[in-house]
Amino acid sequence: MFSSLNRLLMSRMGPAVTGAVVGILAPLLSFWGNPANMGICVACFSRDIAGALGMHRAAVVQYIRPELSGFILGSLAAALVYREFKPRAGSSPIIRFFLGMFAMIGALVFLGCPWRAYIRLSAGDLTAIAGIVGLTVGVVIGIYFLWTGFSLGRSYQAKKPMGMIMPALAVSLMALLILAPSFGPDGTGPIFFSEKGPGSQFAPIWIALGVGLIVGWLAQRSRFCTVGAIRDLIMLKDGHLFKGVLAFIVAAFVTNFLLGQFNPGMEGQPVAHTNHLWNFMGMVLSGLAFTLAGGCPGRQFIMSGEGDGDSGIFILGMIVGAGIAHTFSFASSPAGPGPFGPGATIVGLIFCLAIGFLMREKVSV
Amino acid sequence: MSESTTVDARGLSCPQPVVETKKAMNAQPGGKIEVLVDTVTSRENVSRLARNQGWEVSAEDLPDGGFRVVLKKA
Repeated sequence: MFSSLNRLLMSRMGPAVTGAVVGILAPLLSFWGNPANMGICVACFSRDIAGALGMHRAAVVQYIRPELSGFILGSLAAALVYREFKPRAGSSPIIRFFLGMFAMIGALVFLGCPWRAYIRLSAGDLTAIAGIVGLTVGVVIGIYFLWTGFSLGRSYQAKKPMGMIMPALAVSLMALLILAPSFGPDGTGPIFFSEKGPGSQFAPIWIALGVGLIVGWLAQRSRFCTVGAIRDLIMLKDGHLFKGVLAFIVAAFVTNFLLGQFNPGMEGQPVAHTNHLWNFMGMVLSGLAFTLAGGCPGRQFIMSGEGDGDSGIFILGMIVGAGIAHTFSFASSPAGPGPFGPGATIVGLIFCLAIGFLMREKVSV
Repeated sequence: MSESTTVDARGLSCPQPVVETKKAMNAQPGGKIEVLVDTVTSRENVSRLARNQGWEVSAEDLPDGGFRVVLKKA
């Protein structure tokens, strides 16, 4: 049974199977306690972790999300079982760090990563549409660079311990969540946990971790990627990853509907704002940064579990970016974009465009 | 038919192995193209692209853990 499941995941239908499972589990996580329309959001959850570690002061978004540890460890387990664990690194790590940072800033201007954009849409949040259009535009700009020789250079095989750094971080985060030690003066954080707001809403730890492990395993086997889906469809007319996104949206819509979590409209959607311009622009930035870095934030977590140190650096960039986005007032709130969010988005776009134009090379043939 | 190209896509991140393979196919619409990759994901992606474009695909393991994907088209 196990090997037939693996064959299914490795087949052209693999991403669709993964998308359908994620589409069912994500709304269930909201049902079990995660914030509304945020059953799984890789960007939001990285931001919550940054907050719990004291890297920003937004008191409402601080929690160590077990789902993300699960992504890394589930992917690690699958990669070990199927001998795909392959420590590697060295493809422009510092650029990937900043791409991660700006991808996060864009996502926090929109209020969600691509995963959450699809979840928001599936729950009837029509403000997600501007974000998804923006995401697509960002991917298209990225495709232009890819066709014209953009490359962050080669990565190289690394020793085993290097590939275990991100899994070790995932385990450490779980330990910090469970032990909740206080390191600060007078016994105040970190670790910080929100008392109200999205950070105070969470599914039971072991359920959240379990879902993360399942999704990590499935996504490692099937290469599920929410940005690669759009990229391959447009660039190569190859829709097999895109079927994953479609299955994700349909399954999430049905699950949300059955759970009474489907509320169509623009106004008053949970953890979302109605400024379409900056919903759009934030995701243009994110889509471009993710495309230049080779995959959506979920995929970066999965690859870091396979031993890809460059994806690990991208994730660390995302976490630092989340800290910056909230301390520098770049992040949006349900009231609208933060005062400096639009400016930061423009700076991020200039950075990504410069990287796209300047990082070109001819691959030896 | 006797044309042969080797694309060394080892260490390149997704989707560059596919992009470089596609460029090689555009430059050389038939014959033999060898693509060197270092991950199973890249091997699958290059193979899928080639099959979609009507190329015959075979793959072999390299001693360093990578793969040589051989694409042929009359």
